[in-house]
Amino acid sequence: MKYSKILNIDRFFGSHQTALFIVFGIFFIYPFSVSNYYIDIGFFFGIYALLGLSLNIVLGEVGLFDLGHAGFYAIGAYTTAILNTKFGIPILVLLPVSAVAAGLFAYIVCSPIIHLKGDYLCIVTIGLGEIVRLALINNPFDLTGGPNGVFGIDFPSLGGSFIIDTSLEYYFLIWIVVILSIFGLIRLQRSRIGRAWNFIREDEVAAGASGIDVRHYKLLAFVIGAALAGVAGNIYASKLMCVSPESFTFWESCLMFCIVLIGGMGSIPGVIIGAAFISLFPEIFRPFAMYRMLIFGTVMILMMMFRPGGAWPRKRGGIEFKSLIAGTGRKHV
Amino acid sequence: MEVFLEQIINGLTIGSFYALIALGYSMVYGVLKLINFAHGDFFTLGSYLGYTVLVFGSAIITTHFGLWGGLIIAMIIASLCLACVGVAVERAAYRPIYPAGRLPAVVSALGASIFLQNTIMVIWGPRYQAYPAKLIPNFHIQLGGIHLSLLQLVILILSFCLLGILYWIIQKTTFGAAVRATALDKDTASLMGINFNKVIFFIFTLGPALGALTGVMVGMYYRQISFTMGWNYGLKAFTATILGGIGNLPGAMFGGLILGVLEMFGAAYISAAWKDVFVFLILILVLIFRPNGLFGEKLAEKV
Repeated sequence: MKYSKILNIDRFFGSHQTALFIVFGIFFIYPFSVSNYYIDIGFFFGIYALLGLSLNIVLGEVGLFDLGHAGFYAIGAYTTAILNTKFGIPILVLLPVSAVAAGLFAYIVCSPIIHLKGDYLCIVTIGLGEIVRLALINNPFDLTGGPNGVFGIDFPSLGGSFIIDTSLEYYFLIWIVVILSIFGLIRLQRSRIGRAWNFIREDEVAAGASGIDVRHYKLLAFVIGAALAGVAGNIYASKLMCVSPESFTFWESCLMFCIVLIGGMGSIPGVIIGAAFISLFPEIFRPFAMYRMLIFGTVMILMMMFRPGGAWPRKRGGIEFKSLIAGTGRKHV
Repeated sequence: MEVFLEQIINGLTIGSFYALIALGYSMVYGVLKLINFAHGDFFTLGSYLGYTVLVFGSAIITTHFGLWGGLIIAMIIASLCLACVGVAVERAAYRPIYPAGRLPAVVSALGASIFLQNTIMVIWGPRYQAYPAKLIPNFHIQLGGIHLSLLQLVILILSFCLLGILYWIIQKTTFGAAVRATALDKDTASLMGINFNKVIFFIFTLGPALGALTGVMVGMYYRQISFTMGWNYGLKAFTATILGGIGNLPGAMFGGLILGVLEMFGAAYISAAWKDVFVFLILILVLIFRPNGLFGEKLAEKV
């Protein structure tokens, strides 16, 4: 089949094509068979899937510890919110603008710190994420609305006639974006860039010695990851119609980190599973009321005990991930 | 000048909290290379246990042992309980995951953190709790133009004594040497006859116990505790650990003290709202120019 060649579905899913169609079918039928509340849960699942995919580029593909990804997400959301409320620019026009803004921000702030290794990079990204959040709270130049955030963001519209304003339409908007990103990312994984990223993850020194511009590719990963997070921010802002700093805390970055690790580093279907776990689990266990987060924490520990490589590890990963997981350079426990 | 000195004193008080938490953080981090997200929650749990002892046991304890005795007992109970909790968490959540490496352990640590935080919420409720007032007589000391409350003086002296004792334990005793050696190179340390499991047991009793002591002191100092406060202190402790240099235990202490002083200066001379931005900016600047932290040694790169 031709489409499968273009999109590389064959190599990606191998013999699982039937399963893929069933999954697509479930995703398509689901919103027509449940109430708005559950459609919204599906929407937020999509947002987390997109955020997981964006962090997966940095953490999964290149192996850079980024615990401040919510900062890029925030930049995307606030770019949309401010430009839309102040200048009335349509949301869908702002979609690429938010992506560029977040990517540019990542380029500027990550350029001076990209040489840091492992945990030092990790704490610096935490710092960056926190600086973004605190700056938003402190309302610089009267732009961000302080702790209350920005209100009254428009619905996205296609050419003025079709306005995306119901839960159902938002559900399809986010999942179309997720599916497009997945196809883009699969292409990227197989490309020269993707291979360079994986080489850097496995052995940075060897990659550099083989003529790969390590600094350039690391920055590229941050920029692309941030841009994708910016896209998620754009859709999130228009869905909620308001943005506030408390949506972009360190906790949110930790959740993204968990999505990638619970799913399986560098594995796209894994990230979707991780996002499903993070977004659906608290909903499923809602009847347990105040005990549900207790269960959530316990299940996180159990999952890492029984599937330390993630729910759906990347296929080739068996051998190559060991070096990264086992630590930075030296042998550990 | 007086303001400057007072800010230094305030900064050192908060810095000593950070330093004590960072020390527990740094020991685990140095030996296991594990970002122990649950450490902030050990601190919170200690604070709540101290609160319970002081509020519900105060009538019995203070009549028998006096005010100071009550405080000391609260601290001892909190730190003993937390030493047990620390070992239990290590056995249940971390030990089975060591063979898989360090990244799964980070997720497990986050899971443990969520678990502990919500356990505290279930037991004590989601509201803020207030430490009893007048634990220490409201008494001010004039010292060369600086106002200093008795509470602050007690906390300063206590935490600096603790830091001194810990410095001695880490630098001078056999146990400290074992921890430092394991942090440096686990395999070689094992070959030299250091019992790795003993070291882990040691760091997971001492670290959380210290966290609990700090929790009680923070409760006395700010008088208000909440079940989510460990998150912020844990983040600051991690920052202090990295600022001092990974695996460098005295470095973590100094990192914490520097962090506290910076925070207070940021609040006093720039703006209270931007103080954390100031702290993180300094951290980033330090790491740009000293990629291995303030006191970290440059490790040879593996080729």
